[in-house]
Amino acid sequence: MDVRKIAHLSRLELSDDEAARYQEQVGQILKYVEQLRKIDVTGIEATAHASPIFDRVREDDISGDRLSREAALANAPSVAQGQFRMPKVVD
Amino acid sequence: MNAADLTITQLRAAYREGDLSPAEAIQSIAVAIDEKDGDIGAYLSYDIDLALADAAEADLSLPLGGIPIAVKDLINVKGHPCSCASKMLEGTYTASYEATVIRKLREAGAVPFGRTNMDEFAMGSSNENSGIKPCRNPHDLERVPGGSSGGSAASVAANTAVAAIGTDTGGSIRQPASLCGVVGLKPTYGRVSRYGLVAFASSLDQAGPMTKTVEDAALMMNAMVGADPHDSTCLPDAVPDFTSVIGRDVKGLKMGLPREYFATGLDARVKEKVDAAVAKLQSLGAELVEISLPNTEHAVATYYIIATAEASANLARFDGVRYGHRAEADDLVEQYKKSRSEGFGDEVQRRIILGTYVLSSGYYDAYYLRAQKVRTLIRQDFTNAFEKVDLIASPVSPTPAFKAGEKQSDPLSMYLADIYTISANLAGICGISVPCGTVEEGGKNLPVGLQLLGKPLAEAELLKVAHAVEVS
Repeated sequence: MDVRKIAHLSRLELSDDEAARYQEQVGQILKYVEQLRKIDVTGIEATAHASPIFDRVREDDISGDRLSREAALANAPSVAQGQFRMPKVVD
Repeated sequence: MNAADLTITQLRAAYREGDLSPAEAIQSIAVAIDEKDGDIGAYLSYDIDLALADAAEADLSLPLGGIPIAVKDLINVKGHPCSCASKMLEGTYTASYEATVIRKLREAGAVPFGRTNMDEFAMGSSNENSGIKPCRNPHDLERVPGGSSGGSAASVAANTAVAAIGTDTGGSIRQPASLCGVVGLKPTYGRVSRYGLVAFASSLDQAGPMTKTVEDAALMMNAMVGADPHDSTCLPDAVPDFTSVIGRDVKGLKMGLPREYFATGLDARVKEKVDAAVAKLQSLGAELVEISLPNTEHAVATYYIIATAEASANLARFDGVRYGHRAEADDLVEQYKKSRSEGFGDEVQRRIILGTYVLSSGYYDAYYLRAQKVRTLIRQDFTNAFEKVDLIASPVSPTPAFKAGEKQSDPLSMYLADIYTISANLAGICGISVPCGTVEEGGKNLPVGLQLLGKPLAEAELLKVAHAVEVS
């Protein structure tokens, strides 16, 4: 595991000190979880749902309770023209 | 009379007798916080004006009419801050909507009052990962209250709250309840809506009551539990009256004792208290059955893969775009990186890194998918056990409250202390911690909790048996 590569994937910026520390700590945890490799899981289905509910559907009706634009922008760090203002991404 | 010293039942009686009004209750709790919370740090903030406005409208005929409830600072209460004890949201986010669990408590008459301290984004077992300020155990200010719902547990234990709400992903209600000597219940996964909770691990999180008595927990459960169209994982099952079982006997109850939970690593003094509580239940008519949960040794590893994977996805939304801390930067990726690195504490970053790794291309099968399969084995252990027994009894924590700083240098050793609580979240079952005595250390009496684990939807059974322990 290359902590700097993973940090980039998760959009984190690490100082040299943090990178060294996390490399070691996360490395230790990964070593600990290696124990799961020894278990025989042939034929075992993965648990994706903690409770036995599936296929919960509803009417495609958006007339209910919604967050107004104002409320959605209320916590924004930077707003312009009723939108979230961000650094330019397209040249 | 200070409302903060009372239980929910006692406060309802005080309102009925006219001894106190809801407004006076709020004022007196604020006084208790001002006087006592400086040393404890259970509260991150509280808003008297909003609470008094709610109190003025209180309908005392409702089951929780006018009852102030402290709220863990990751549950959205409209108009209140929601910091998750993180610099990412501190001072920059005010809830623009309300969690279903809060709406339901309000419908029962309750008044949300106070935002309680916690481990940052619910990641921790000691409250030491709070990104804002420390929280200490009221029984010994040099020790931790437990986590991640440390503030909720400490406020109830210190009588700076009547009752509180916590959340439990790997033990975060039950363990601080045990360490602080209060009652804490983690409902079956899906019992309480997660809509409006800031998500840590979506397949594991559950909100639940943290109270001074089992009866208070039952009263809160009546209000908190129920179907919610906003949460597709919320169970549609009917809500029983959880208070109706209080006082019923435990004759003939088959109680399982998992041999793996009473083995090495358990402090002898904790074991003594847990054994004594179990013996008491036996004398009241419960039948003890030794059981095995063979995959116990894999629970912590399984949890820390699944929970961190889910957390890495859930915390991707904190990017400085729509809310929270935004760092200045010239380009988008730099803005994401700086905002997140400046906003998140060490433990949060560690877990995001671990979670991202186990989900990444080439590693997903070996780690995440495998962990999900072991999760099935762990669930199966409980299904098998519940064919032989009605309930399972165990310790909550291997030790009583430890000293602040003791486990800080080794994250893994902190994780290993979750061993007794973590499986219940993986299996989706319900669990409660009820005080069962204290252990003397350094001239202080440190609380010990008894854990009871029940089948899915069996919270009433837990409350019934916990009450029997409480009054014995």
